[in-house]
Order: sequence, then C-alpha cells, then structure tokens
Amino acid sequence: MCLSDIARELDLTVIYDGGDIDREITGGYATDLMSDAIAHAKAGDLWVTLQVHVNVVAVASMKDLGAVVLTQDRQPLPETLQKARDEGIPLLGSNLRAFDLIGRLYQLGIRGT
Amino acid sequence: MNRKETVNELQLLVYELDVESAMTKEVVTVSPDLAMDKLPKILKSNRITGVPVTEDGRLVGIISLEDYVRWAADDGKPSCVGDVMTRKVHTIYSDEPLVSAVSRLERFACGRLPVLDRTTDTLAGIVTKGDVIESMLGNLEIDYREEGLRTYRTSRFFEDIVSDSTELSFAYEIRGESISEGGEVASSLKKTLRRLGMHPDVVRRAAITVYEAEMNVIIYAKAGRVRVSIDQHHISMVVEDEGPGIPDLEQAMAPGFSTAPESVRELGFGAGMGLPNIKQCAESFEIESVVGEGTTLRVSFHMEEACA
Ligand SMILES: Nc1ncnc2c1ncn2[C@@H]1O[C@H](COP(=O)(O)OP(=O)(O)OP(=O)(O)O)[C@@H](O)[C@H]1O
Ligand SMILES: [Mg+2]
Repeated sequence: MCLSDIARELDLTVIYDGGDIDREITGGYATDLMSDAIAHAKAGDLWVTLQVHVNVVAVASMKDLGAVVLTQDRQPLPETLQKARDEGIPLLGSNLRAFDLIGRLYQLGIRGT
Repeated sequence: MNRKETVNELQLLVYELDVESAMTKEVVTVSPDLAMDKLPKILKSNRITGVPVTEDGRLVGIISLEDYVRWAADDGKPSCVGDVMTRKVHTIYSDEPLVSAVSRLERFACGRLPVLDRTTDTLAGIVTKGDVIESMLGNLEIDYREEGLRTYRTSRFFEDIVSDSTELSFAYEIRGESISEGGEVASSLKKTLRRLGMHPDVVRRAAITVYEAEMNVIIYAKAGRVRVSIDQHHISMVVEDEGPGIPDLEQAMAPGFSTAPESVRELGFGAGMGLPNIKQCAESFEIESVVGEGTTLRVSFHMEEACA
C-alpha cells in the first residue's frame, strides 16, 4: 500500500513527505528501542514509535525504512526533522497511541514481517 | 558484482581523465648529438632514469639508464645518444584517456610514455605510473572530502585498475557528549560505501555495525575512533576507545544485558542488543577489552556474500 493512501485512511499528519509520499510501504514494525529496530525492522517498513530524537531518522535511514510514524501527537525535535530532510525519510504523526494505531494499520493490510 | 562496481568506479575515472591532466609538462630532453658520457650527469641531476631524445621538438627516440649501462659494459667507445638510443618508442597522445596510458605502460612494461600533441606531433610531456596514480588520487580526494572522509590511503592503486583489486582505507573520529551526534560516522560511511558502488546489503550491515559501535563509544566511553579498510574481498573495521572497558565480555554480549544509564534508556538505548546486532551483521567478530584501559572491536564483512 502506498504511504499517501495510508496517511489519508488513518488521518496521519505529514510532517515531512520524504520527497516521495507515494512510496510503497511493504510492512510495519513497532518499537521504541533503537537496537530492536535495527535488528528487526525491514526495508520498506513503516516504523511506529514514540521516540522523536534524531537517532530515529539515523536508524530508519540505515535500514532503508519506508517511513516513521510518531504516536501520541509527538513532535520531532528540530534536528530530527532536519535529518529526515537530509536523508529523505518521511515523518508522519498520529494522535493515536501505538496500540490503536497499529491495530488500524493491521486492518488496512499492513503486516509485521 | 559489488566489487566489480567498486573497480568500475576507479575505472570510470581513468576513462574520464585524459593523459594531459596527468602528464608532466616540463620535460627534460636531450639531443641525439649529445655524447654518451654526458648522459649520467643529466639523468642524475634531474633524478630520472630515462629521457626522450628530440630533434626540433620531434621525438626521435628514448634513452634510459639501462641503455647507458649496456653501452658502457659493451666497451664504452665514444658515441652519441643517437647511436645508442631506442628508436622504436611507445608513445601516447595527450588527448587519449588515462586508461590508454595505463594499459600501454603495463603491456610494454615501461616506466614512462612520452606524450605527443596530436596536431603538431611534437613532444608535449611525459607520463609515468606515478603521475597516473597521483592524478587519480587527487581527483578522488576532492570527492572524498565532500563526504567528510578524514584520511584515507590507497595502495596498489595502479594494479587495481588493471588487475581488479582494490585497497582503500580511512578513519573517523568519534566524539560526542550528546547522543544526538550519534550516527554521524555511520551516515558518512554509508555514503562512501554506496559511492564506491558496494552492494546495498553489505553497506547496510557495515553501517549498522558502525552505528552500534559508535553509540556504545559515545554512551560508555565518550570518545574513540573507527578505522575502515577495504581490500579486494573484505571490509574490515576497527573501533577503539580508551573508555572504562568491559569487565565481563560474555555478559556484555548476552542479548538484553545493559548498563545504560536511565538518561539514554529514555531515548530507546539500553536494549542490550547492540553487540549482538553487530555479531549478527559481521562475518568475523572479535572484541577485546581491558578495564580502565578501553575496548577494541574488530569486525569484517565479505563483499560478495548476502546477509544472513
Ligand atoms: N565501548 C564500550 N565501553 C564500555 N562498555 C561497553 C562498551 N560497549 C558496550 N559496553 C557494555 O556492554 C553492554 C552491552 O552493550 P550493547 O551495545 O550490546 O547494549 P547496550 O548498549 O546496553 O544497549 P543497545 O545497544 O541495545 O542500545 C553495555 O550496556 C555496556 O555495559
Ligand atoms: Mg549499545
């Protein structure tokens, strides 16, 4: 499913579109631990997290993740947004908590791998 | 395929650059009328082992120290350069790509090629293996600096181009009181490896390794350095610090073990998965640590193989 469709369906805020909001999202992963994301998230995944610091983008970029969704209306730190721009990583926001957001993503057909 | 791409990257440069950009323009020449016994002094004072012989700017031969030695050993009877020189000289035009010079120098096993100007057919310069290497390095260096590479060294560069083997190495300093600086070495290395045309999977594993090691240095040791070297088949990395060291390595390697302080746990560090992640990514993994002295991590990656 493409990122812009997901954003529309789940009413996500597009904080930064990553230069290509129509990119294909192939799966999902949820964690607030950096090393866990490194170990288990897959390229093309949507990463659901409440972490907002710059390392989130560093990890997402390293793993070629499809996008990062920040839960509970959390705002990225300025340097996080800057790094997302530098690395072309889409940053989105949701007012939902992780559990509910992930449930809806699942309903849309986004699966963990 | 990935290593081929690395080599292609170097080869691209030898196709892009022309001989003129690498050659030495101030060429010492001698006339065919020069007496042979005057030759050593000229070679010596210019610190060269061979010199083109010209007549009115036109190349008529080449004379080397070897020719001189042979002449002297023969009987050394008074002769001039024109009688002893090699008349059949391999040359190259200044507008030819550098790769032509490379292959000609190799094929004819000669140390230098006189360079001719195509329109006037006169001697325009001379090109040696050293000139080729210097010119390629100079060109690479510009690109490398842009990506924050601090130092790098290449050796066997010339052979690389003809024999398909590469060895590059570079180093990064890790400094950081703040974890927000974390990942800089990893991003920078990732860009460099990509630029060298390496397989995305190898790039990812190398970047993850550096990232985890870099974060550990920042969190536990404050400062350290990463050295990366790339040869024909491997990327090797050494990450070292002069931090507190690890008292029990087996424990540190166990997934889930962490001594991360609360302040960094809040940011999602301290899962105790960094070292296990590195071990998972690398083909070889060694860690040494002395309490009070520091920690050294050595890992390597094969270029050709896919990730487990
Ligand atoms: N360079 C180092 N200097 C001193 N201690 C270290 C160093 N690297 C790791 N350690 C010790 O080893 C432990 C395990 O490291 P590891 O990277 O596996 O997990 P972590 O850093 O605690 O958590 P994570 O990497 O998942 O965020 C650390 O908590 C720390 O006690
Ligand atoms: Mg760690």
